[in-house]
Amino acid sequence: MNWISTFLKSSIGKKLLMGLTGLFLCTFLIVHLTGNLQLLKHDGGLAFNTYAVFMTTNPLIKFVSYGLYAIILFHAFWGLYLVAQNRKARPVQYAAYDGKANSKWSSRWMGVLGTIILAFLVLHMWNFWAQYKFGTVPYTQYERNLATGEVSFSPFTGEIKGKMEKFVDNQSGLEITIVKDLYIVVADGFKAGWLVLIYIISMAALSFHLVHGFSSAFQTLGVNNKKYNALIQNIGVGVFGIIIPILFAIMPVYFLFLN
Amino acid sequence: MSNILDSKIPEGNLNEKWTKYKSSVHLVNPANKRSLEIIVVGSGLAGSAAAASLAEMGYKVKCFCFQDSPRRAHSIAAQGGINAAKNYQNDGDSTYRLFYDTIKGGDYRAREGNVHRLAEVSSSIIDQCVAQGVPFAREYGGLLSNRSFGGTQVQRTFYAAGQTGQQLLLGAYSALERQIGMGQVKMYSRHEMLDVVTIDGKARGIIARDLVTGKLERHFGHAVLLCSGGYGNVFYLSTNAMGSNVTAAWKAHKRGAYMANPCYTQIHPTCIPRSGDHQSKLTLMSESLRNDGRIWVPAKKEDAEALRKGTLRPTQIKEEDRDYYLERRYPAFGNLVPRDVASRAAKERCDAGYGVNSTGEAVYLDFFFNMTEKYGRTEATKKGIENPSAAQLKEFGAGVIKEKYGNLFDMYKQITGVDPYEEPMQIYPAVHYTMGGLWVDYNLMTTVPGLYALGEANFSDHGANRLGASALMQGLADGYFVIPYTIGDYLADEIRTKAISTDHPAFAATEKDVEDRIQKLLNVKGTKSVDHFHKRLGKIMWNECGMARNIEGLKSAIADIKQLKVEFWSDVRVTGEANEFNQELEKAGRVADFIELGELMCTDALERNESCGGHFREEYQTDEGEALRDDVNFAFVSAWENLADGWKLHKEELKFENIKIAARSYK
Amino acid sequence: MKINLKVWRQKNNKAKGELKDYKVDHVSPDMSFLEMFDVLNEDLITKGDDPITFDHDCREGICGSCSMHINGRPHGPLAGVTTCQLHMRSFSDGDTIVVEPWRAGAFPVNKDLSVDRSAFDRIIASGGFISVNTGNAQDANNLPIGKEQADEAFMSAACIGCGACVAACKNASAMLFVSAKVSQLALLPQGQPEAKMRVMAMVNQMDAEGFGSCTNTGACSAECPKGIDLSNIARMNREFFSANLLGK
Repeated sequence: MNWISTFLKSSIGKKLLMGLTGLFLCTFLIVHLTGNLQLLKHDGGLAFNTYAVFMTTNPLIKFVSYGLYAIILFHAFWGLYLVAQNRKARPVQYAAYDGKANSKWSSRWMGVLGTIILAFLVLHMWNFWAQYKFGTVPYTQYERNLATGEVSFSPFTGEIKGKMEKFVDNQSGLEITIVKDLYIVVADGFKAGWLVLIYIISMAALSFHLVHGFSSAFQTLGVNNKKYNALIQNIGVGVFGIIIPILFAIMPVYFLFLN
Repeated sequence: MSNILDSKIPEGNLNEKWTKYKSSVHLVNPANKRSLEIIVVGSGLAGSAAAASLAEMGYKVKCFCFQDSPRRAHSIAAQGGINAAKNYQNDGDSTYRLFYDTIKGGDYRAREGNVHRLAEVSSSIIDQCVAQGVPFAREYGGLLSNRSFGGTQVQRTFYAAGQTGQQLLLGAYSALERQIGMGQVKMYSRHEMLDVVTIDGKARGIIARDLVTGKLERHFGHAVLLCSGGYGNVFYLSTNAMGSNVTAAWKAHKRGAYMANPCYTQIHPTCIPRSGDHQSKLTLMSESLRNDGRIWVPAKKEDAEALRKGTLRPTQIKEEDRDYYLERRYPAFGNLVPRDVASRAAKERCDAGYGVNSTGEAVYLDFFFNMTEKYGRTEATKKGIENPSAAQLKEFGAGVIKEKYGNLFDMYKQITGVDPYEEPMQIYPAVHYTMGGLWVDYNLMTTVPGLYALGEANFSDHGANRLGASALMQGLADGYFVIPYTIGDYLADEIRTKAISTDHPAFAATEKDVEDRIQKLLNVKGTKSVDHFHKRLGKIMWNECGMARNIEGLKSAIADIKQLKVEFWSDVRVTGEANEFNQELEKAGRVADFIELGELMCTDALERNESCGGHFREEYQTDEGEALRDDVNFAFVSAWENLADGWKLHKEELKFENIKIAARSYK
Repeated sequence: MKINLKVWRQKNNKAKGELKDYKVDHVSPDMSFLEMFDVLNEDLITKGDDPITFDHDCREGICGSCSMHINGRPHGPLAGVTTCQLHMRSFSDGDTIVVEPWRAGAFPVNKDLSVDRSAFDRIIASGGFISVNTGNAQDANNLPIGKEQADEAFMSAACIGCGACVAACKNASAMLFVSAKVSQLALLPQGQPEAKMRVMAMVNQMDAEGFGSCTNTGACSAECPKGIDLSNIARMNREFFSANLLGK
């Protein structure tokens, strides 16, 4: 299998890994966004918390998520390694360098943008993933009226097995869900304006990272065809550069003002 | 007739000479080739092609170029195309016709045998280049496209937009690099040959200077090939690259190689006119433009004056007030007369006071008619527009013109700031190519055994005037298809010669000569730059040995050049040192050689009492101002031997057995 | 016009360099940038100073010798031209212009503004050719090539090897140069037999020379005097993948 290592050691092989992992992370963003949009539902966090439990208990998802962590780390550190390598290719810098004349700002700052995103991810994981896994997260009992669909909720102080219990009380016609309440962690967390600001800045970094990154990955994969270039460019800018980061950024802002 | 000038043209019928020669020439077996070393100086079309081909055959090759890469040789700048007698257009072309056109174009001053061989191998060049991946222009059907060039009535020119030289050179360069990669050629870039080493009368190596470190190096070779191009820069302003020089050829000349026909200089009719004294070089606009551009000046002197003052625009001059002087004088060939004829006609009009720019040295090359009437109308018909407006005609036609000459039009606009889609181009003749060069026999060997000259560096194929798209053909013919055979004739007798150590006294002595000269240049420590002398030399040459020459002018030029030489060696300032990257020192050595060459060129021009091709002596012209050849007294090649106190002329008689020598007419 | 210059001066490859200030008076707008340097050098020689070393040859934009990084951009402010085709009319009276050599580890400085670009030659030597010995070729028209394809190959072949792509790229990557040659030969039927070997060898050599890798900023193509398109790089990537992943 010597050819694989030779291939991956080549400059094109190296950047192929960046491109492929980058595109994978783009698809992850869509999944993550779809899940997180549950936060905006007016159900006191029932849907979101249910989703959180599913994401952390389903064996397949768990397996995929470890892969995801690995890929995020790989994409980040491989990128930093490549930046360092590329800097070595120009040991003496120019006294005057007019990059803006020939390339887009985002394309020249991918390493910095990526580093901001990496720092953000550490913060983000600490805020929510670590709290959920290792911190003391309250439980909440949701009661959903099966006839009307109305949901009411209150803190739950007893003990349950696992993160969630769900049953239907036939007498009252209520579906009762007792669940570890990540929603409240999120809602509390975003009371802090500074954190919201960091999130917004980070989403801006993500936006610029993807404006270049998405279409760049296609170029790396060898997809450059006049017929499709505009489409790829538009998806890169429109979907990954604008829609996705804005939707992500809306959530902390939403909680900031909700509170 | 000195018998040293044995042209060695094989006996037999013209069209069998080369075939028979190839079948009977001495061969070197593969094992022996491996121990024979060949030095190639220059990496243009001739040099790259020769180095690659010889290495493919198994010879050990060393190739030298002064540029930082072999790909930068000035062949790269050739724009228009390359001729080949393929007859793909079914318009009656043949080997004989290409041969005939070349001899006639050269004003009957080239050797029949060499030119016929050139025409014979021309087809193979195209095949070879296509196989290498040279992207020639093609028709929609996938077959090769052709266009016509000056001096011919068939379409036999193959081209790659306006960058034919580049594409051909990159093809030869890739073949050369392939051999470098395989270790068959050792490449020495940024090296300049500064002398030939001869041992027992044979060329055995060179002294080269590493231009980055300044170190002198000795290199042995069983044979030395000079593919070092032409010497047009003797005029200071020319279309040559800044680095193009005569030094390699001149050193060979000093070591015994004869210089042939040095006065035959091609002045190209379509160059961008000079804009001021700061000008460092002139830029060619490809001859192919004459396919679609019509050349004119105003018919009225007052219009010309107004144009010079800038109070009138060319587009304001009515059709009947324009003088399409080439179409008027030469109806059969019109704007496609050969270069020397077109250049002289432009000079004639400008001298008569009809020049159109501020210096009075420019004529118009106008695309408007063909753009609108020829291409515009065809395109409109294709689009089904029956009565196209003038604006439509221009728009459609401009599209076609852009497709054909876009890069040239852009280049013109870049340099002059004028848009040639809107106004006619201004052009004026400029020095472009030198038909003269080292004298060589049929084998391309100079008068020094083992020393060869290929491409523009030799004199052999173009007579007194070269046809467009023939330089590329000759360079590649020499390199790919001639030298690989002819060198065997010499090397077959050298297989017993072991590689000579570069410690040999001849190497040491030659290196000492080179070193002394470098020190001499550095030690003048005068007050004037090298360029100062180069510009002065150029002015003398252009005025007295340019498009028109006469006895008084040439005599005074010779005296002036002698004086300039004295001044140069007593007042030149060469900055820096010998053992470093020193571009002034490089230039100084080249200009010193140009000064000596300039004197020889004038001497040759003075000696040739006739007008032929690029050599126009004012005393020898018809009543209509056409060149007047003297076939009785001057049907020979002038080959000059360098002696301690001047030059000695040897004559190689030119025999025309297959072509009827006649006055050259394009009327 | 009067022009102020800051020019990189460096005695040789080993020496330390620095930017030095110069003034050039009597600059005509019709001068090319290099002719302005000629004037400056003439001035320096008269004063007995060492003139500035810079590479140049054809001065008509085709040989690829000239290589000045002008005010932060290879070949200066205009698109689609080399330094020799840049004219002083593109500048204004009194401008200060910073002139540096190409900067890349793979292009060591020889002296002043001249750099060693032999890495490009070695890349071509590793595979940028079609292996056809002289005399082996069939008749040229036996191999029809569609006009569009031939034109596209020509566009790639227009590269002059000046190195502006490397100079412009923030990573000093040579991908545009290498891909132009790979593309030209990949687009032509003649190039097919060796296509896989070629791309592997050339990429390998490119990496060995110490060029950076491509991050698709597009600076190379934007600064290329011959407008070599980024699609060449994509094509080279495809060729490289297919050679590695599908080849034997």
